[in-house]
Amino acid sequence: MDPIRVIESKTVVLDRVNVDTDQIIPARFLKVTDKKGLGKALFSEWRYAPDGSPRPEFELNRPEAQGCQVLVAGDNFGCGSSREHAPWALVDHGIRAVVSTRIADIFRNNALKNGLVPVVIEPAVHAKLVARPGQKVRIDLDAQTLTLEDGTAAKFPIDAFSRFCLMNGVDELGFLLQQEKDIAAYEARRGKAP
Amino acid sequence: MDPNPRTLFEKIWDAHVVQAETPDTPAVLYIDLHLVHEVTSPQAFSLLRERGLKVRRGERTLATMDHSTPTLPRRADGSWPFVDRMAAAQVAQMETNCRDFGVELHGLGDPQQGVVHVFGPEMGATQPGMTVVCGDSHTATHGAFGALAFGIGTSEVAHVLASQCLLQRRPRTLAVRVDGALAPGVSAKDLILAIIAKIGVGGGTGHVLEYLGKAVRGLSMEARMTLCNMSIEGGARAGLVAPDDATFQWLAGRPRAPKGAAWDAAVTAWRKLPTDAGARYDAEVSLDASRLEPMITWGTNPGQGIPVTGRVPDPAAEKDAQARAGVEAALRYMGLRPGQAILGQKVDVVFIGSCTNGRIEDLREAARAMKGNRVKTRTLVVPGSHAVKKAAEAEGLDRVFKEAGAEWREPGCSMCIAMNGDRLEPGQYSVSTSNRNFEGRQGIGGRTLLASPLTAAAAAVAGAVADPRRMVEGR
Repeated sequence: MDPIRVIESKTVVLDRVNVDTDQIIPARFLKVTDKKGLGKALFSEWRYAPDGSPRPEFELNRPEAQGCQVLVAGDNFGCGSSREHAPWALVDHGIRAVVSTRIADIFRNNALKNGLVPVVIEPAVHAKLVARPGQKVRIDLDAQTLTLEDGTAAKFPIDAFSRFCLMNGVDELGFLLQQEKDIAAYEARRGKAP
Repeated sequence: MDPNPRTLFEKIWDAHVVQAETPDTPAVLYIDLHLVHEVTSPQAFSLLRERGLKVRRGERTLATMDHSTPTLPRRADGSWPFVDRMAAAQVAQMETNCRDFGVELHGLGDPQQGVVHVFGPEMGATQPGMTVVCGDSHTATHGAFGALAFGIGTSEVAHVLASQCLLQRRPRTLAVRVDGALAPGVSAKDLILAIIAKIGVGGGTGHVLEYLGKAVRGLSMEARMTLCNMSIEGGARAGLVAPDDATFQWLAGRPRAPKGAAWDAAVTAWRKLPTDAGARYDAEVSLDASRLEPMITWGTNPGQGIPVTGRVPDPAAEKDAQARAGVEAALRYMGLRPGQAILGQKVDVVFIGSCTNGRIEDLREAARAMKGNRVKTRTLVVPGSHAVKKAAEAEGLDRVFKEAGAEWREPGCSMCIAMNGDRLEPGQYSVSTSNRNFEGRQGIGGRTLLASPLTAAAAAVAGAVADPRRMVEGR
């Protein structure tokens, strides 16, 4: 994974609440055994007409949305299933950060493992982003700030360890494997307990 | 009183901390049981291969197949009627992965195969006080046994396969107190739909729910599984019910349950798990079970539930603009009118099954409404596992369904997630005992109304949404 420090991009705004993982990537695309190429299935039902042609009115299909790396979405983004295919599809499409007033737990965990930055902000800041789609924003992971076009800088929370992993391009598995001694000691301790 | 009273959640969490969390690092949490299925594991096994890693604790890992599997029987030539080559390839990959990595698999054709959250408890693998994970958000089901059980993504599946641990921040706790008793015709499914309608689909985010109160204590294990199963639909990754005699009786004698002296020791330990008097939760909500009616959803998320005698909401009544837009979008997708009664709404398909309501008690409830009647909709009855199927057939429930004109299928997730070819056609309405009414969940353009097995069966018989209490009166 490439280290992430700063993301500067225009936003694409999906002003819908409770966007669930079945919308992000419908279940019929989960029959894959690898994770590549899922971007074309992203938001499939909303993005394509039944004949497979793009729906021009859908936010991500608009010309000004092309190349946008920051997705601004309504409250409770990513609710529903645990499918990691959801962040895989977003990342494959070119999205590098998701901004909302609330992001579902499992989706957030999955996003963090794939270099997709979950940014949770206050409703007032969110309203400014929704009011002006396509504005250029700057996400600074080191400072934990999201800066809007008008200069508003909003702090966002992110787990310190996940932030470290994102900023250094390391994954959690390596860290876990280094704890082998403690894990084995825990198992030995538990084995003796009644 | 205990000077340091703890909740059930805290006791399980504390017992599984390999390394305590610090501001800089999450806790390293030990996982007792890892359930694996074919959809969310292939990329995890691939990662293990790439890095030359092994499954650290094969005996703590247990696999089945459910999502991509057909619910029609094997063909005369012995082959399975997979929906497409990708489904067949995914199942074949699962067999290869489990063989290569030494994981016990109960795959297609195995007498214990079933929906992973039906299968795990039936195997006796899920036990009180355990940590249980699976690459599936409905892992919350196993909380019915007083196990801390939650869904994880595929990266984390790889973490657990390789290290038997997860990196976790400690969640907060939310007590859901349900007093009173459920009225006849009102089930655990109605209760959880009412809870989610109350807290909202994001209301449990960051929390582990513990279901408490007289109504919860009175629930069977099957009903507790239904209740915990949908905790995720309220945004909570896990739901818990404290173990009691009902739990121990259900578990005793199952294949992986402790035996003999080990059983007695386990029960003694499990009796210490329930929340201590005086322990604090981070938040609390309460409901009166006796006031609940059968519930049904009208919208496109599981929080959009109303009593079956109720009316679809009018977006004009929503003050918040984003919420109003949400209701409008849901009504548009569902093709329902603001303020219309949900009773009498035409139904095309009824689905009875899933990890929420695919257990023997659920099938008994559905049979109550179908017995001696004919269904007016296409009706699929899909047992949650081969064990459920066998038990239902021993009781003659399969005959009740078939005589009513319903399809009696092989076990699997089926039309809950519509990956295996069992699906709605665009525009069709289903009353479904599953857990998600998201747009397209049961097939592109399909419209799902979530309800209990009794309400779903009543809808099948009526060909429309019906009050199940009228149908079973006097029976």
